[in-house]
Amino acid sequence: MELSVLRAYLPAYLQAAEATLAIAGLGLVGSTLLGLVIAVAQYFRWPGARPVTAVYVELSRNTPLVVQLFFLYYGLPKLGLVWGSGVCAVVGLTFLGGSYMAEACRSGLEAVEPHQSQSALALGLGPGPALRHVVLPQALALATPAFTANAIFLIKETSVVSIIAYPDLVYVAKDYIGNDYNTSEALALLVAFYLVILLPVSLGAAAWERRLRHAGFGD
Amino acid sequence: MTVPPVLRLEAVRQQYPNGLVALDRISFEVAKSEVVAVVGPSGCGKSTLLRCVNGLEPIQSGTIALDGAIITGPGTAWSKVRQQIGLVFQNYELFPHLTVLGNLLLGPLKVQRAAKAEAQVKALALLDRVGLADRARDYPRQLSGGQKQRVAIIRALMMEPQVLLLDEITASLDPEMVREVLDVVLELAGEGMTMLIVTHEMSFARAIADRIIFIDAGRIAEQTTPEQFFTAPQTERARQFLNLFAFAPPPGHHETAGAAAVQTEESSATTSDSNSLELHE
Ligand SMILES: Nc1ncnc2c1ncn2[C@@H]1O[C@H](COP(=O)(O)OP(=O)(O)OP(=O)(O)O)[C@@H](O)[C@H]1O
Ligand SMILES: [Mg+2]
Repeated sequence: MELSVLRAYLPAYLQAAEATLAIAGLGLVGSTLLGLVIAVAQYFRWPGARPVTAVYVELSRNTPLVVQLFFLYYGLPKLGLVWGSGVCAVVGLTFLGGSYMAEACRSGLEAVEPHQSQSALALGLGPGPALRHVVLPQALALATPAFTANAIFLIKETSVVSIIAYPDLVYVAKDYIGNDYNTSEALALLVAFYLVILLPVSLGAAAWERRLRHAGFGD
Repeated sequence: MTVPPVLRLEAVRQQYPNGLVALDRISFEVAKSEVVAVVGPSGCGKSTLLRCVNGLEPIQSGTIALDGAIITGPGTAWSKVRQQIGLVFQNYELFPHLTVLGNLLLGPLKVQRAAKAEAQVKALALLDRVGLADRARDYPRQLSGGQKQRVAIIRALMMEPQVLLLDEITASLDPEMVREVLDVVLELAGEGMTMLIVTHEMSFARAIADRIIFIDAGRIAEQTTPEQFFTAPQTERARQFLNLFAFAPPPGHHETAGAAAVQTEESSATTSDSNSLELHE
């Protein structure tokens, strides 16, 4: 392994890491919001929420992200909708992650005692404020382990977006391997960058969960 | 002109979605400053009754009126109504993610849009009244059951309700904590708070209530004064129910151990006979 090669590749990897982080971050925000909306719609039993979300969840879970990305990148233009690879990546990650986040939020909401929301209603809070101020804070705390597992899953899933030519870490690594044949250096950097991104997330999530458990929710 | 009762229920019938009729033909009134105790066997519909009054459970027919205004029709502004009707649950139901103060302020700030400084002064004064002035910054999990229940009561009082509904608020407490909670309720009664109290504490019901409502299988079986109810219940069901709380000394209990040992078969049989006669009377 050549140190000079590593050093030469570093700027490109840094830029690619930024690109990976960008879609991972936006995808996470998108899927969390989508998941929250779905879980709340089911919580309030909005009309139509159940069948619509059921179809979405099955589609989202039973198709590979690569296929979803292909559809967005190559299929949508046929319907007159042309998106760049970045937009497609974020939309694809949101579509995939939304169903997982919805499940995390749903189980969190169900884990909160029904009496908690009734107690809020009894104070005169409407259903919305009762959810927002009383049920949701507890539900999200309970959903933290599932949420962080989903976050790590989603960050790892970003590694397939080079399939639609999005210049992420894998894209850069493939480039260097294919063009320069510096396979060891390219792979070493690839592993190192994913670890640098994912390890803090994992460790931070574990610490956060410990703190919440220490806070002793539920009694 | 007569003042309407704070609460008036007329022929209330409630049926759960699974078909179970939990309440039927329930009619009674609670006048201002009156304390009414609701007693009855487990599962007879006491909690359901309170939940109906607070709109947490829809009723199928009959009416419930607060201050003369019917609150069971369509278009009831439940948020407004519930501010007038405080409800305290058996298991406190404090919000675990908020401090004691946060629990007390949630209603006033989010529902009544009260000024924070004023609401806080009020909260601290109420905490002081129930002996918890130093616990404002604690979380519910740091409090004992009795302390949690006192916080739950004043959380309801923060909204300045016209009537307070209490659902077996001492049922989850260790015996030594029951007193501190009931004392708070007694004090409220003394100040003229209108209350509808579901309780299994018969001596408490007798002491605090102006009227007792005995519910059996979803219907009011008896409605009378505490004096009458506890000394001369009119229905067989009420007598059976009250017997559950009365303990007759076991046969031979008054004898010394030695005397009991030499007691003849015959005399102990007589004792148990007379006991069982009493029960079947
Ligand atoms: N959500 C529900 N769905 C169906 N049935 C219910 C529901 N809640 C209560 N019930 C039933 O309605 C009846 C009345 O219940 P309720 O809780 O009002 O009784 P209770 O008098 O408060 O009893 P306890 O003294 O045990 O608290 C019971 O038979 C109970 O099983
Ligand atoms: Mg009950």
